[in-house]
Amino acid sequence: MSEETVNHPVTAKKVNPQLESFKQFWRRLAKNRAALIGGIMILFFVIMAFLGPWIISTFTDWEPNKTSVANKLQGPSAEHWFGTDSFGRDIFTRIVFGMKLTLYVGFLSVFVGGIVGVILGIVSGYYGGKVDTIIMRLMDVLLAFPGILLALAIVAVLGGSLTNVIIAVGIFSVPAFARIVRGSTLSVKKLEYIDAVRALGASDFRIIFKHILPNVMSPIIVQASLRIATAILTGAGLAFLGLGAQPPAPEWGAMLNEGRQYMYEAGHVALFPGLMIVVVVLAFNIFGDGVRDALDPKMKK
Amino acid sequence: MISKDNVLEVRNLQTSFSTDKGEVRAVDGVSFDVPKGKTIGIVGESGSGKSITSLSILRLLAENGKIKGGEIRYKGEDLTKVSEKRMRELRGNEISMIFQEPMTSLNPVYTVGQQISEALISHQGMNKKQAMVRSVELLKLVGIPSPEKRVKAYPFELSGGMRQRVMIAMSLACDPEILIADEPTTALDVTIQAQILELIKDLQERLGMSVIFITHDLGVVAETCDYVAVMYAGQVVEYSDIRTLFKQPKHPYSIGLLNSLPRHDIDQEKLMPIKGNVPSPHEMPTGCRFAPRCPAATDLCRAKMPELMTDDSGNQIRCWIYSDEWPGEKEVNVYGETRIAKG
Repeated sequence: MSEETVNHPVTAKKVNPQLESFKQFWRRLAKNRAALIGGIMILFFVIMAFLGPWIISTFTDWEPNKTSVANKLQGPSAEHWFGTDSFGRDIFTRIVFGMKLTLYVGFLSVFVGGIVGVILGIVSGYYGGKVDTIIMRLMDVLLAFPGILLALAIVAVLGGSLTNVIIAVGIFSVPAFARIVRGSTLSVKKLEYIDAVRALGASDFRIIFKHILPNVMSPIIVQASLRIATAILTGAGLAFLGLGAQPPAPEWGAMLNEGRQYMYEAGHVALFPGLMIVVVVLAFNIFGDGVRDALDPKMKK
Repeated sequence: MISKDNVLEVRNLQTSFSTDKGEVRAVDGVSFDVPKGKTIGIVGESGSGKSITSLSILRLLAENGKIKGGEIRYKGEDLTKVSEKRMRELRGNEISMIFQEPMTSLNPVYTVGQQISEALISHQGMNKKQAMVRSVELLKLVGIPSPEKRVKAYPFELSGGMRQRVMIAMSLACDPEILIADEPTTALDVTIQAQILELIKDLQERLGMSVIFITHDLGVVAETCDYVAVMYAGQVVEYSDIRTLFKQPKHPYSIGLLNSLPRHDIDQEKLMPIKGNVPSPHEMPTGCRFAPRCPAATDLCRAKMPELMTDDSGNQIRCWIYSDEWPGEKEVNVYGETRIAKG
């Protein structure tokens, strides 16, 4: 390899810093063993959410909502890998079908909350003054509520459904994004190139979305990857309290709640959904930590 | 002032900042003219208000800054009164600015070409392709080798001098009437400084624009400017053509400033500094602002602020020595030089 390159004439390599920094980011992420495992797990979960239901319905006759009272509360076996619940439904099938719901809540609520939070934060940081005070005090009010309580209140007002859970968890993610983006905006807007583009006649809108936003992207990405774990947990929590996806949807939080009644006779009914929530949240958390370390190596040391 | 074709006339400009300690008047009664196709230098120490003056012209002051009074007339329009929308049209298109720090004045996430194109697309309604072609031309104009390649480069791939050239290309994109250069060479190596000065001078002659050159370097002024406004503590104390200022400076501050420069024609052991410090903007002297440091100051100087007076040759001066009211002797000795008082 080295001999080969020596003989070649030196040619200027085309460098794209976005690509370069992505490569560098990827290298740093790959070096972090835990983050890599987290990432692989997430990838596996996503594949499972999309292909799992199809595989199960093509190759077996299991269905997530097929009841069989004769087989109720059976322990794990070759036929029912994770056992059956109080209606005799196969828990493994339900977990695979529920994966999609869990990821749906996680990604979509963070997406919704992220967009609103980023816009509020960037506007707040850029304009400052009264706009900033009003927006940030509003965020403080949202932050004053414990997360689940806020989501609970919102769902209680809107009514229990998966969409409303996403909205509630989204609203609850808004202040975290707003705060982080505001901070980064404050430091970016003081840089000279912002003055320079303004001196060239750029409008506020253009400055905010074309010049500030791309430069505050990394904290947003870090926050989003860490936030998904919290969102999933909150979503499952709401479902556990009966405010999320309505039965018979195979939502893990709801399954955990159903299993709660049989904790002593048939622990597996609650154990498997609970375990899955833990594993998924853990995967997102360690992946998020890894992303943070890779995007901001200074913070680690 | 000799009547000329002035593209910009600044009259009695007052800019203040609201701070925790109260209102601070950073620029207080600044007046000067920018003749068409000429270079005017604004010199002064740090904190004398020269950058604030230039930012006021483009209305790019920080949130707590405000133009409190005066006029900035650009081709008959008073820039202190026009709408923000009109101001945006003027910025970059008619009046452009280059900044001190070429290292941080370019957005790191876009290519040089994209950044030059931006002004072309928004002001001249070009499409992306036309703007890129023009960007290459502009890079060529500012002397960047192989502009076709450089147009796709990101700022981090360029040196400081190159980036300053790119900044100049950006500000010249729409053929502005006035280019404001705020210490464009301060952050550069001495050899590169000379190149950039040469470039600005050359472009000015070729494009026929006016340049406002802000600097604290009198050497740079001597090399590039046609007229000079000397600023002290937020005021213009002397405005004259370049020859007069260097041969026969009038204001004691200008004399002191020139005296403090190292000279090659005489043997000097030590440089001659101006004693004292610039007054804090919170406690400005009531009289002439230079009075506490001025070797020729009288009671009148300390009590009353002199007006900016225009003499026969059109030069302006803010000093009691040249007024009818001068109470002191006829021959005034300032930093070892003699000036004849008017009174």
